[in-house]
Amino acid sequence: MRRTIIILLRNPLSLLGAILVAAVVLSAVLADYIAPFPEHRGSVVDFVYFNKGPTARNLMGTDLVGRDLFSRILYAFRISLILGVVVLAIAPPIGTLVGLFAGYLGGRTEFVLMRLTDVFLSIPPLVLAIAMMGVLEPTLMNAMLAVTAMWWPWYARLVYNIARSEREEGYVLAAEVIGASTLHVTLREILPNCLPAIITKMTLDMGFVIIIASSLSFLGLGVQPPTPDLGSMVAEGARYLPDSWWLTVFPGLAILIAVFGFNLIGDALREILGADQ
Amino acid sequence: MSAVLRLLSRRLGISLIVLVGVSMLIFGIARVIPGDPARIALGPNATEEQVANLRAALHLDDPVVVQYGHFVADLLQGDLGVSLYTNRPVTLDIAQFLPATLELVLFAGVLMVAIGLPLGMWSARYRGRWPDHLIRVVSLLGVSAPSFVWAVILMLLFAFFLPIFPIAGRITDSFEITRATGFLLIDTLLARNGAAFFDVLWHIFLPAFALAVSGIGQAARLTRANMVETYDRPYVEMAQAYGFSARRIAAKYAFKPSLIPSLTIIGLDFAAMLGNAFLVEAVFAWPGLSRYGVAVILRKDLNAIIGTVLIISATFLIVNLIVDLLIAFLNPRIRHSERGTS
Repeated sequence: MRRTIIILLRNPLSLLGAILVAAVVLSAVLADYIAPFPEHRGSVVDFVYFNKGPTARNLMGTDLVGRDLFSRILYAFRISLILGVVVLAIAPPIGTLVGLFAGYLGGRTEFVLMRLTDVFLSIPPLVLAIAMMGVLEPTLMNAMLAVTAMWWPWYARLVYNIARSEREEGYVLAAEVIGASTLHVTLREILPNCLPAIITKMTLDMGFVIIIASSLSFLGLGVQPPTPDLGSMVAEGARYLPDSWWLTVFPGLAILIAVFGFNLIGDALREILGADQ
Repeated sequence: MSAVLRLLSRRLGISLIVLVGVSMLIFGIARVIPGDPARIALGPNATEEQVANLRAALHLDDPVVVQYGHFVADLLQGDLGVSLYTNRPVTLDIAQFLPATLELVLFAGVLMVAIGLPLGMWSARYRGRWPDHLIRVVSLLGVSAPSFVWAVILMLLFAFFLPIFPIAGRITDSFEITRATGFLLIDTLLARNGAAFFDVLWHIFLPAFALAVSGIGQAARLTRANMVETYDRPYVEMAQAYGFSARRIAAKYAFKPSLIPSLTIIGLDFAAMLGNAFLVEAVFAWPGLSRYGVAVILRKDLNAIIGTVLIISATFLIVNLIVDLLIAFLNPRIRHSERGTS
């Protein structure tokens, strides 16, 4: 663990990733203290300063009702990160269980579970979430639910492939011979061997969850105003291009920076863990 | 039966099972809609009797299983019901909007392969040196933003600041083209109208590129990773020992074996683009299926939602089938397997 961190920080690119992620996480956590206008996260109207470009007072300009964009972006990071963490706390365990049982038990269980997984995987990712948000009320909770619903099958397939090959290994046969239960074999014997792959995928997925979530709110199917969200900010600003360019460019760059940071770290981690195996 | 045919029939069978599953899933999702679709369709001024009549016509009062039965029976006759939003058969709506989306996504797919694969090849050939680092960072940037961000940035740069490309639409209105296929690139060629063809090309480039950016990054990263692995193989070393040129080694010995895993992922990226078309079409006012999809979702138009998702999923399954076949043809182990095993 310590060695991994040292390797990460020695590589300039993954160091950059660590800095970007740290900056995004810190600004989300400390938004109340950093944001010049904390009250602008809600529905505030300030017509003296509406729709102004970047100035010393508003580093990234103001939106159509005069709210400070920089402050709103800091709070929007909070929504993105919460969503990412919650989805990655729910989807991988579900997918892992499905994959473990399908891979270990085989037979009819495997057929049913993996065909179910295939069904979810054969609706293009964003489309499933869009369809679900179409019928659900657009709230943060439901957005998490929709993204989770499209995310678990990827873990199911990943773990299934590992579990199926581990099934024939000596240590699994040994556990079976001394009469270990299915639960013991899957969770205590096979699962630990799947963990490196699962963890690597989770770091790589953090950025993608943020992308999908912002895409939903870009279409008006995610978090609703006045809650600041990067996707809906871009959508709102896109109607005022090119004159009010800051309305779209800064929230767009904010997504890019956050996701780029997570991807840099995930990439480096994959190389390190891959080399260790 | 040859190995390729056997593979095709197996994959077709699985695809059919999956498609039935998809239809059940989508049907299930669409039926938990809060609120009464009949009431939403008719508006607040309709009488109770009108609503009840529409509910009966849509089979909304039957149990869900019976509703699904009606749906499948209609579907087998090529009937997806009537859209409550456009008041036209959903199949007609889809037929009108699907070609624009397919044209956009296919064009983006061509850009993805034509730019992403060579980038990955260069990167692998110069692995560890500056062109490699540059390409790796650029392609990681490409996958690090949703396509609507690229759409907005590209539009701002190349349609507003440098007014090279148009900001919206598929074709300049002054061109009168009969829409035989709905694919304007093909229709203009059929009409032998060169000016219109280039006009369509000019319109499609920017949205397609925005859609392709993350796919390009993905393809480049993947091709590089696979090629770097094959560079370590003994046969590449032997080719180097023979003194073959670096270009020939890259193209023939390192690239070809890594093409197969790349193709699988390209199929998945195509799926991502079908979804991301929703975002790019919104930015560029592209009159495709995705804009229709968002419109019907916001109006809770059941039949249209089910139809749209079903068609998009079917398109995806077909593309994956084609990719699988392509892989089977490219992979000599599958192509020639009838000689060995069976």
